Amino acid sequence: MEKRTLCLYFQVHQPVRLRKYHFFDIGKNNDYYDDFANRTYTRKIADRCYLPANRVILDLIKKYGKNFKVAFSITGLAIEQFQKYAPEVIDSFKELAATGSVEFLAETYSHSLACLVDEAEFKRQVKRHSEVMKDLFGMKPVTFRNTELVYSDEIGEMVANMGYTTMLTEGARHILGWKSPNYLYTNSINPKLRLLLKNFRLSDDIAFRFSDQNWDQWPLTAEKYVSWLTAADGEIVNLFMDYETFGEHQSAGTGIFDFLAALPGQVFANSDFEFLTPKEAAAKHQPVAPLHVPYPISWADEERDLTAWLGNELQNEAFEELYKTREKVNALKDEALIHDYNCLQASDHFYYMCTKLFADGDIHSYFTPYATPYEAFINYMNVLSDFILRVDNEYEKQKGKTSKRTKKTTKE
Amino acid sequence: METRVLMFGWEFPPHIAGGLGTACLGLTKGLAKQGVQVLFVMPRASGDEDQSAAKIINASDVEALYDYRDIEEYWKNIRFMEVGSNLIPYMDPERFEREVNRNVHERTEEHKIGFKNKYQFSGKYGANLMEEVGRYAVVAATIARQQQFDVIHAHDWLTYAAGIAAKRVSGKPLVVHVHATEFDRSGENINTLVYNLERQGMEEADRVITVSNWTRDIVVRRYGIPPEKVVTVHNAVDFQSYSDMKVERGVKEKVVTFLGRITYQKGPEYFIEAANKVLQRYPNVRFVMAGSGDLMDRSIRRVAKLKIATKFHFTGFLRGQDVQKMFAYSDVYVMPSVSEPFGISPLEAMRSGVPTIISKQSGVAEVLKHAIKVDFWDVNALADAIYALLAYPALSQFASKYGLDEVNTLKWENAAFKLKQIYEELKR
Repeated sequence: MEKRTLCLYFQVHQPVRLRKYHFFDIGKNNDYYDDFANRTYTRKIADRCYLPANRVILDLIKKYGKNFKVAFSITGLAIEQFQKYAPEVIDSFKELAATGSVEFLAETYSHSLACLVDEAEFKRQVKRHSEVMKDLFGMKPVTFRNTELVYSDEIGEMVANMGYTTMLTEGARHILGWKSPNYLYTNSINPKLRLLLKNFRLSDDIAFRFSDQNWDQWPLTAEKYVSWLTAADGEIVNLFMDYETFGEHQSAGTGIFDFLAALPGQVFANSDFEFLTPKEAAAKHQPVAPLHVPYPISWADEERDLTAWLGNELQNEAFEELYKTREKVNALKDEALIHDYNCLQASDHFYYMCTKLFADGDIHSYFTPYATPYEAFINYMNVLSDFILRVDNEYEKQKGKTSKRTKKTTKE
Repeated sequence: METRVLMFGWEFPPHIAGGLGTACLGLTKGLAKQGVQVLFVMPRASGDEDQSAAKIINASDVEALYDYRDIEEYWKNIRFMEVGSNLIPYMDPERFEREVNRNVHERTEEHKIGFKNKYQFSGKYGANLMEEVGRYAVVAATIARQQQFDVIHAHDWLTYAAGIAAKRVSGKPLVVHVHATEFDRSGENINTLVYNLERQGMEEADRVITVSNWTRDIVVRRYGIPPEKVVTVHNAVDFQSYSDMKVERGVKEKVVTFLGRITYQKGPEYFIEAANKVLQRYPNVRFVMAGSGDLMDRSIRRVAKLKIATKFHFTGFLRGQDVQKMFAYSDVYVMPSVSEPFGISPLEAMRSGVPTIISKQSGVAEVLKHAIKVDFWDVNALADAIYALLAYPALSQFASKYGLDEVNTLKWENAAFKLKQIYEELKR
């Protein structure tokens, strides 16, 4: 009998944190970042999570050869910060890339929500990211994962137009209805794009519940987990999660690394699963149906929609103002401005402004450096105001230059 | 069996000088709805800002003090009792003495109307607040001997002695309600007489109720009261009779308002310094400091020195309708209090749809999500918040809309329900 597929994919992202930026800095100071916090966090998470987790995965690949495979997506902003503060993290990902058992996925460079703005902007950012991946790891990504697994029929179509054959998204219950996430689906507009859907129950068992002592399944062993996998329906189980699950959200003391190290052995011994990367999984299985997703979905919160980042008046205003200036920024081709623009686009900034205070409040407050969404908005808008001023000034200058030049030419 | 409460206050609407009377009104109303009977005792001469000597001296003697009133049918559970007294809220003993002396000078002829026998108001030059507090206690003892009740409830330090006296006479449990402490009013330069009276009240009480966790912390830390005895019951607001007000603006600039007593506790200097910073960046704005108090002159001098007086205005004390009018006139309301046990006025501002900035050192910060919170001393953060509310319309619209929704959910019934539970616990 043909083996079923287990697909592991881990997301690596670190936003560039903004410093406390006062309104009197506007127009005077274009240093927006909290270097101390960025260095401290990057170092801390590298030491707690990325380095030890990469070591576990490398050991597993050495032990099981081509039988153990994983996929990563690393944002451009995370890469920038590793280069600055923890270059050995990049080396260790390169080492993983060299094994041939790891697939690197494409996404937007800045972990942005550009897919909601327009196709050109979205494309520009995906291209930038895919170039970085090729430079660092020697392979051009063929599978796409969008920021926060945001997906809709239209977004999928844009992704297919960029030449990607496989895309990852959430197995949202309200989209699937009676259908199972454990099969291969296709985009409903362009059937060439194959969709892998996250099994959120089995993913969250590891990502969120692993160390929860009030959970009736605690403690979770690899053996028990594999028995759940075996009991699952369908052909593919997609376990998608933040890489920070290992060592950061679930600290080393909870036994999460031991769990990860023990999992493949248990899978090989006690199940009919094999490990494949997303592109291999999409090639192996036959799609069962097109998936209709008229409105964007994501992997966040109970609603699995966009309301963690967009929806309230503060988020909408900040988002609109940010993208109003995109044409000028792109026309200027100024690296310093583009760098700042990338940093400001990270979806995290909008997440901090979220005012949903009910069920997901805990998770939100865990991830935000601001005491309230108001503070997040004020600080972001101050930075953005300065950025817009700089863009406008530069733009005027360049326009002045070009018009002078044209005048000269006409005189001559 | 219905619970009967003997409550000692010192002011009650419409004659109020601060938030305490409003709070007492809200609480007693809420208790009435919960079926708790309240006998509310208060000194007659409290109230009006114009604490004139005539009123003080007109106070009648204890033998003639039983003056029950049933205010509206709604109040069938609440009886009022007025006690002749010189108690003046929001005044420290030194200032009280000054005020009384001045008034005594001005109206010598009225001295003759006064107090009988042993309760004689000493009148001339030795008048002091502590004597009045003591006298109120004697009156309280008399009342406690004559009335039937289950629990005694005393609001703030002026009435603690009365509460203690009533407890000693009746043997009934005592609840003291801390609306403010001496540390809020005076910072570190506390009046030890007041402090001692406060501490004695808290020590003798069977339960101490604080209006916020901020105050609860002060009570536990600075007064050494065992934490298990101290319970927080957050204040609320009653906007039932509130009507929206439209005003014609005389100025085209946006208006940022400070409204409250201009005293150490309210942090007026931080408002001025922040205003100065904002004005350097954002010209299209005016600042208003509404209220009066002992730091007013100093504040005016500071504004003049900063050369922002054409954009920074003082209104003096506002009363009644003018307060609401001021809110209707405002685009941003700021309460930079150094130590605010609760703070009702931000709620009034939010009820008027005004985006509000409050200090983290206020009790009201514990119940509000849709106000911007800053440390009172962090002038930069305050300036930032003011600027953001002026410069980013999405922010002010958001804060205004959700702030209004939020204050409408704060109900006195909830506070009264908690109180009732405390009473019932003590009755047992």
